[in-house]
Amino acid sequence: MTCREFVEFLEAYLSRDLGPAEQAEFERHLAACEACRRYLESYRKAVELGKRAFEPSAEPVPPQVPESLVRAILKAKREQKS
Amino acid sequence: MPHELETLASEEQALLARLRAGDDDAFEELVRSYGGRMLATARRFFTNEADAADAVQDAFLSVHRYLESFSGDSKLSTWLHRIVVNACLMKLRARRARPESSIEELLPRFVGDGHHAAEPADWRPADESELERAESRALVRDAIGQLPEIHRSVLLLRDIEGLSTAETAALLGTSESATKVRLHRARQALRTLLDPHFRSIAAPDAQVTP
Ligand SMILES: [Zn+2]
Repeated sequence: MTCREFVEFLEAYLSRDLGPAEQAEFERHLAACEACRRYLESYRKAVELGKRAFEPSAEPVPPQVPESLVRAILKAKREQKS
Repeated sequence: MPHELETLASEEQALLARLRAGDDDAFEELVRSYGGRMLATARRFFTNEADAADAVQDAFLSVHRYLESFSGDSKLSTWLHRIVVNACLMKLRARRARPESSIEELLPRFVGDGHHAAEPADWRPADESELERAESRALVRDAIGQLPEIHRSVLLLRDIEGLSTAETAALLGTSESATKVRLHRARQALRTLLDPHFRSIAAPDAQVTP
């Protein structure tokens, strides 16, 4: 398995989609290749950072709805009615 | 506090009753109290403010149309969140024909024999305080905003909204295998964008023996 193939199968590996033979080959490469180990670690961390970036406590306090948008919505609703 | 929950629920109930009775003031109240949070959600999908505002408007029109079918089993805010996410996806699907920026340049590169073209760097250890830092989170949100729309949508639905591959594929009108490929590319691109900010200072090359 090359590094290119390793990276290609990374998502399948993490979501446990690989068959037993592929999984074994993947782990063999992982044990031997420091570059791919670093890649895997940074990939995992990027996913983790992504998951936490929008936690309710993390996002900026909800902005006020701009007045122009409120008016546009109310207008659209009136037009929908008629 | 159960008492507090009951109060909230009864406030929601009262607002709903007025909405269903066709009270225009109640509708405006709904827009003002929940619109901000919904706009924040729409901004995850669209970097263009006008698109985000459009999606919120579409969402409120759906709310108005489907008010009768809101069962009250979930919280009103949960229902509104689902509606605005759906409005964003409808809008994205409608304009799928538009040319999209390419994700290729954000994917890792390899040389002819399949080795990494650039040695991946060690990232600083993920300690809690860093993940909690507001600047880190703003940086990550900004990076997600730089992904091409379709890849960003898959990442938002799978990793942020927590939907399954099947649910995401159905919402985007694509196959599960395409969804998996896009999620992987989106995550790789996110990693590339975050790399300069999270790699440790020590050059990884120092560790490579000639
Ligand atoms: Zn490797």
